[in-house]
Amino acid sequence: MQASIEKRIRSVFQIPRKGETYELRSGLVSQYAYERKDAIQRTIAAMTLGKDVSSLFPDVLKNIATPDLEQKKLVYLYLMNYAKSHPDLCILAVNTFVQDSEDSNPLVRALAIRTMGCIRVDKIIDYMEEPLRKTLRDESPYVRKTAAICVAKLFDLNPTLVVENGFLATLQGLLSDSNPMVVANAVSALTEIQETAPETKALIVDSDILKKLLTALNECTEWGRISILTSIAEYRTTDVREAEHICERVVPQFQHVNPSVVLAAVKTVLCHIHLLNPELHKQYLDKMSPPLVTLAVSQPEVQYVALRNINLILQKYPDILSNQLRIFFCKYNDPLYLKVEKLDIMIRLANPKNVDTLLSELKEYALEVDMDFVRRAVKAIGQCAIKVESSTERCVNVLLDLIATKVNYVVQEAVIVMRDILRRYPGYEGVIPTLCQGIDELDEPEARAAMIWIVGEYADKIDNADELIATFIEAFTDEPTQVQLQLLTATVKLFLLKPQTSQPLVQKVLQTITNECDNADLRDRAYIYWRLLSTNPQTSKEIIMAKKPPVKDVIAHLPEPVLEGLLHELSTLASVYHKPAETFVGQGRFGADALQKKALEEQAQLAQEEPIQVSTKTGNLENLLDIDFDLEPVSSTPPPPGASAMSPTTSAAGIAAMNLNGDAAAAAPGLATSPPLDTNQPQQFRSNVEDLLGMFD
Amino acid sequence: MISAIILYNQKGEVLISRLYREGLRRSVSDLFRIQVISNSDVRSPVLTLGTTTFCHVKHENLYVVAISRQNADIALVFEFLYKIVTLGRSYFGKFDEEAVKNNFTLIYELLDEIMDFGYPQNTETDTLKMYIMTEGVRSETRMEESSKITMQATGALSWRRDNIKYRRNEVFVDVFEDVNLLMSATGSVLRADVTGQIILRAYLSGTPECKFGLNDSLLIDPSEDFHSTKMSKAAAGSVSLEDCQFHQCVRLGRFDADRTISFIPPDGEFELMRYRATENINLPFKVHVLVNEVGKSRVEYKIAVKATFGSKLFATGVVIKIPTPLNTASVSTHASQGKAKYEPSDNAIHWRIARFPGDSEFVFSAEAELLSSMTKNKAWSRPPVAMQFNLMMFTSSGLLVRYLKVFEKSNYTSVKWVRYVVRAGNYEIRF
Repeated sequence: MQASIEKRIRSVFQIPRKGETYELRSGLVSQYAYERKDAIQRTIAAMTLGKDVSSLFPDVLKNIATPDLEQKKLVYLYLMNYAKSHPDLCILAVNTFVQDSEDSNPLVRALAIRTMGCIRVDKIIDYMEEPLRKTLRDESPYVRKTAAICVAKLFDLNPTLVVENGFLATLQGLLSDSNPMVVANAVSALTEIQETAPETKALIVDSDILKKLLTALNECTEWGRISILTSIAEYRTTDVREAEHICERVVPQFQHVNPSVVLAAVKTVLCHIHLLNPELHKQYLDKMSPPLVTLAVSQPEVQYVALRNINLILQKYPDILSNQLRIFFCKYNDPLYLKVEKLDIMIRLANPKNVDTLLSELKEYALEVDMDFVRRAVKAIGQCAIKVESSTERCVNVLLDLIATKVNYVVQEAVIVMRDILRRYPGYEGVIPTLCQGIDELDEPEARAAMIWIVGEYADKIDNADELIATFIEAFTDEPTQVQLQLLTATVKLFLLKPQTSQPLVQKVLQTITNECDNADLRDRAYIYWRLLSTNPQTSKEIIMAKKPPVKDVIAHLPEPVLEGLLHELSTLASVYHKPAETFVGQGRFGADALQKKALEEQAQLAQEEPIQVSTKTGNLENLLDIDFDLEPVSSTPPPPGASAMSPTTSAAGIAAMNLNGDAAAAAPGLATSPPLDTNQPQQFRSNVEDLLGMFD
Repeated sequence: MISAIILYNQKGEVLISRLYREGLRRSVSDLFRIQVISNSDVRSPVLTLGTTTFCHVKHENLYVVAISRQNADIALVFEFLYKIVTLGRSYFGKFDEEAVKNNFTLIYELLDEIMDFGYPQNTETDTLKMYIMTEGVRSETRMEESSKITMQATGALSWRRDNIKYRRNEVFVDVFEDVNLLMSATGSVLRADVTGQIILRAYLSGTPECKFGLNDSLLIDPSEDFHSTKMSKAAAGSVSLEDCQFHQCVRLGRFDADRTISFIPPDGEFELMRYRATENINLPFKVHVLVNEVGKSRVEYKIAVKATFGSKLFATGVVIKIPTPLNTASVSTHASQGKAKYEPSDNAIHWRIARFPGDSEFVFSAEAELLSSMTKNKAWSRPPVAMQFNLMMFTSSGLLVRYLKVFEKSNYTSVKWVRYVVRAGNYEIRF
């Protein structure tokens, strides 16, 4: 019997036969119970496959009154899915629901109230009142915990009803329930209500409630602990004693086996740690380090979340894991997304003590095969050189070794990195000849631009600088803008340093640009140079060859207010993306003025027309969510007026990032000039936030 | 919170789809198929499209996917997905497409029970098995019974049934250690640590109160000083654990206060604790690797493996995987013990030694001939040599179980068994 049912179920997963619905219907109204049950199962199977079996609604509904719990669950499942398509018929089920909610079996009572909350039909809501009231005071904690969640469901449908009938007050009362799981579910439900409607003041934690929560914390399920910890994290106290008490009670959770509980506990402690005295403060940070490391060796997906969070914590507390560098070494088989994160964390942990170990490890990575990872490793070597001054020489040697491998993309990345190092530490000009050897191999715009910058900047130290520049200039019009801008500046510098030999070159370049190029940026800059040079060569030398501020820090840092916000949201999606939640969650609170809102709505409409195309157009969505933090450090060193080599790079990259955003973002630059939001985030960041908002809303 | 849980097979067909919250269209399942399953270049387990976020884990031939439209707790989401997999495995043995298709109503029942409105509920296997059963047909649960079930499902002891009775009261303690090693080409240890697991199989009657002791001064963090008796770590053969995690039955508050591990165990098998140790790691094997690339057509290998553990012990299932370049044509090997075989599908030579006695050393040499006609002359990435083994009655961390005390009202005596196993985690040697 069982086997034949299975066979038939499985056949449903294959190609549908003709008249399937008919067959199901006859099964549903069969006089034999087992045939009816079989038919229900097959209906559910068809529903799972995405077939529309809503036409069977009345027939399925006939099977609702059954003593067989399994069958009842199946019918309920069907009801939840199709109630919307037959709102009128749902009424027929009400009677059963109400009856079930008074059943002697707590499992049945809970099932009834759980399902009723999921049938989102107005008419049902009217009948929910009584059963909900009863089940909220049920003697069985299992029913109460289900009813607690049901209040949140009802609130989602009809907030006034919840408030008027006193369900909200009852739910708040459940915070004092004797059963920890009921408390946990009440917390979850209240948190949700609080989030959607802050004016209800559903969950305002005070010291009374805090006590209850801390008591329930040690006894409830792992999931319950997370909701409780999260609401404790949101509790703002100013009392030092209370903060101490919270940390003391929460710290044992660091030893929980479930990584998400550990992260929630870390978040809670971090939210209160600033009140503690320095000694305790340090003690708790020290206690945090081992569990964080443990998280970093868990299963890959959770590890990814942990690493992203560790990255955030390190930005705030750079010393917390300073002795744990080795834990973050990449394993050969790690997925790429982990390797990239680990690399980023390793750089943040770099210090004069561990830099040797780190460098030899980075060199190892630079010899691997995945192009993306290798490039990041090379970049990391440069970041390391700039962060830890004592290591610069060794870093440069490693880079030279890498250049000697002649692997094309390694060389290109190494050139870009060398440019930054040269800007940071003068005195490494000795490497320039080696760099120049590979000059013909460079085919990527950024690498070419970097190389040209180096040639221009050190033209007086490179004997054949004019020849090098001349070869580039031959194909000037075919180059991308980024390279053209660099080439222009480099030629001018060359002229200033070696006026005798390069006058024809500079004239040729200026003429080509002003006559043939359409790019306004490029043309304007050429005009400026031209005029400068023709007025006073000495002044122009002072301007163009001005001393540039050294590159300070090439490791990306989040702006302070964003970082603070994200630390309060550890382990959430926001902390994984390193973006405030408003950027990707639909119902954000922007708190912006009406003008901005309207502009956003317009954008949203634009994006709505073809949201998928917009997102597929951008290809790699990670890029899209990651748009600009990479640029942050570059723009944080203000470009000197005139001919700084960095400024074209920045603007070009900025343009590229804008283009990434696709059409929908086109309106964004306009927004960036509108009145500021409540925070003092840098302009650029905010405008991008809005881009994203507009895009996805 | 979680809006939906969807199970896909490898082809991207939906096997199970359970929506918990409003606001998702049915077509949302197609989006994941297009963006992840049929996309060969997925670089993150989390993907946000518009305002919808997909989190997935892969298990056997299944994609287990959670969908959320809020700023959800992602660590929780992944843990919950792992939990679904664990549940599936404990219910069906193997959690794959076949199992899902054959048990789809049961899976719906489970999904209904373990999550409500996107909030995870009780996910303890033992409790769930009391009222959600694999037998399709079953007698109607009696009233008293089900109220007992619900008490259990929400009680403070949600992991243990009442009135368990055994004729013989026994506890089996298994200490499993995975030793991870990363050794550089020059033979220096870049990273060596142990991740351990203590698995208990408790067959005890009643409600036993257990106390568990290790040879551990349990100075969890050596810099902490609330143990006034600060012994030197090496003294008295104690072990210092970097960090440990406990099953939810362990009273964390007590552990934090005075380092006692006390608990009322679930019935049957469970993971009592996990730990990590990074100091004084005993590496059971020393490996020396010499690889010589002769021109572009030949690679020579010389490998020596030495067991450092006592001669009374022996390791089993030793496999040493020696990577070969992608363009390897043929390989000739010579091993002083065991068998070596070139596995083209794995791009590696597998050198297997079924039984590796302690205190002995074996050597291996090989030559790989390379095809020269490779169009790409990309450098060989030289993946590390990896090693697998099992070694009984040895711990790399030096951890020992000192005692396990069981207290129960009826005061029965119980029998305890302890077993130690060290396995290779990521045991890698670069060359």
